[in-house]
Amino acid sequence: MRYDLQIIASWIEPGAKVLDLGCGGGDLLGYLRDRKQVRGTGIEKKEAKVAQCIAKGLTVLQGDINEEIEDYQDNSFDYVILSQTLQQVYEPSKIILTMLRIGRKGIVSFPNFSHWDVRLQLLLKGHAPVTPKLPYEWYDTPNIRVITIKDFQTFAKRIGIDILRQVAINTDNDDQTGRIVRFAPNLLATYGIFLIGR
Amino acid sequence: MSEYIEHDRHGVSVGLVIRQQFTFAEPPNRMRLDSGAALGPITIAYETCGRLNAARSNAVLVLHALSGDAHVAGYHSKDDPKPGWWEFMVGPGKGIDTERYFVICSNILGSCGGTTGPCSINPDTQKPYGLTFPVVTIGDMVRAQKHLLDHLGIDQVLAVVGGSIGGMQVLQWCMRYPERVRAAIPLATTTRHSALAIAFNEVARQAIMTDPNFNGGDYYQGPKPATGLSLARMIGHITYLSDEAMRQKFGRRLQDKSDFSFNFDADFQVESYLRYQGSKFVERFDANSFCYITKAADYFDLQNQHGKGSLASAFANVRARFMVVSFTSDWLYPTYQSRAMVKAMKKNGLDVSFCEIQADCGHDAFLLPIDRLAEVISGFLRRVNNEA
Repeated sequence: MRYDLQIIASWIEPGAKVLDLGCGGGDLLGYLRDRKQVRGTGIEKKEAKVAQCIAKGLTVLQGDINEEIEDYQDNSFDYVILSQTLQQVYEPSKIILTMLRIGRKGIVSFPNFSHWDVRLQLLLKGHAPVTPKLPYEWYDTPNIRVITIKDFQTFAKRIGIDILRQVAINTDNDDQTGRIVRFAPNLLATYGIFLIGR
Repeated sequence: MSEYIEHDRHGVSVGLVIRQQFTFAEPPNRMRLDSGAALGPITIAYETCGRLNAARSNAVLVLHALSGDAHVAGYHSKDDPKPGWWEFMVGPGKGIDTERYFVICSNILGSCGGTTGPCSINPDTQKPYGLTFPVVTIGDMVRAQKHLLDHLGIDQVLAVVGGSIGGMQVLQWCMRYPERVRAAIPLATTTRHSALAIAFNEVARQAIMTDPNFNGGDYYQGPKPATGLSLARMIGHITYLSDEAMRQKFGRRLQDKSDFSFNFDADFQVESYLRYQGSKFVERFDANSFCYITKAADYFDLQNQHGKGSLASAFANVRARFMVVSFTSDWLYPTYQSRAMVKAMKKNGLDVSFCEIQADCGHDAFLLPIDRLAEVISGFLRRVNNEA
């Protein structure tokens, strides 16, 4: 399982009710179900991944997260997770506020655009950065939002949500392993993970 | 809805199966119908595959669509040329694994495959009911199936599963008998017919009822309204396919000729195919049953019948966990209709999975051997069985 998902999983109490937005092949949901008896639901766009999840016995809905999230009643979940997707969301404040309407807490992870590698590429080469964590060219990237760890902190204040916990991580190439970055996270971390509440 | 599509045999078959019958609602204890009429006695034809476990907790009730019957899988005899209509899905190790589950499939009320319907003999007159048979609803079909489950001693089924009109019965089961259904799999279905769907059904019924042989539904002693029923089937078949499927299957190819005949024979392959499907259907299906079942489908309206106009309210008492499946090219019950039911389930906090399967074969996709469908059904059933 991806290293950021391992950290997210460690934050969730056994038996919690979880919604995973953009759940992919269901790695996190499967892990939470097997290790923490979590009652999970996933939303995923791609049919093949949805089918893979259902075949594994997970509860997953095929659809667009922005639309699907609106149907749930207030406080339907203990945690609503948005992992490595915020940078692709058209209306980030809307989705985050909805996450905190339907869930008691939210967990958000995203690639940190102020990592030194990104900064150096722009500074020295003058090209839009292409890194192992952000492997796209400017013309084919799905990442329409450029977010840094610092920016998210400012953003949280602006939309009036609380950051309950935050961790910056640096992952290895396969993303399956990594370590927590405590010193200068905005410069040295590849991903930020935030536990948010209202 | 065109059960008995020919397809390759996938995997091992359940082998020989026997059609059984169960009769209830003997007068004066007739069964009350949604219309207010009473019907009895009622005979239900059904088949089972697999074994009911000691806890009686592994039953899967399969609900067939318009033209199906109780013969869901396996063969009736060693020389039977064709297996049941969902042979691909039901059998050892298949999507609905008969090594794990006890599969029950019964012919629906009003049909003509051994269950009481308009072609059955009315005990009061000793003649076939014809159009004196009361109009039945999807709810009545389900009520009759509940009597069958009572008879089999099954308090709660592990799952109800069905496509199209079978899917309507799935949803109806969850609303009418919430405590008797653990899980539900509605496939390629809707919570109510669109005007488009009603329109096609009406044209099909009119084709039957204006056939000179129809004789007010009383044709059992003489020639059948074969032309009308065949036409009705041809119309139906168009709605079960798709532009893409027809383009691939037929295009504009001609049937056994190199040029137009310049008359009204079947020049195009698609014409010839529809005529063949129509005439084949006449041999095995009753015209009155076609009218009754399509009417039941047109009347079906969950939001009005169970939710006072709100689909979300209709699901308020439902307890089952769901897996809803639609198909991309199904224009008879398009994906937006499945999404509407999924939304209503979510609003009620129900456990629901939803998958829209890419398929270019139209509404009929649920009957075709699509591996992805078998995978999701199998995974979902295994999960609810483990949770039991």
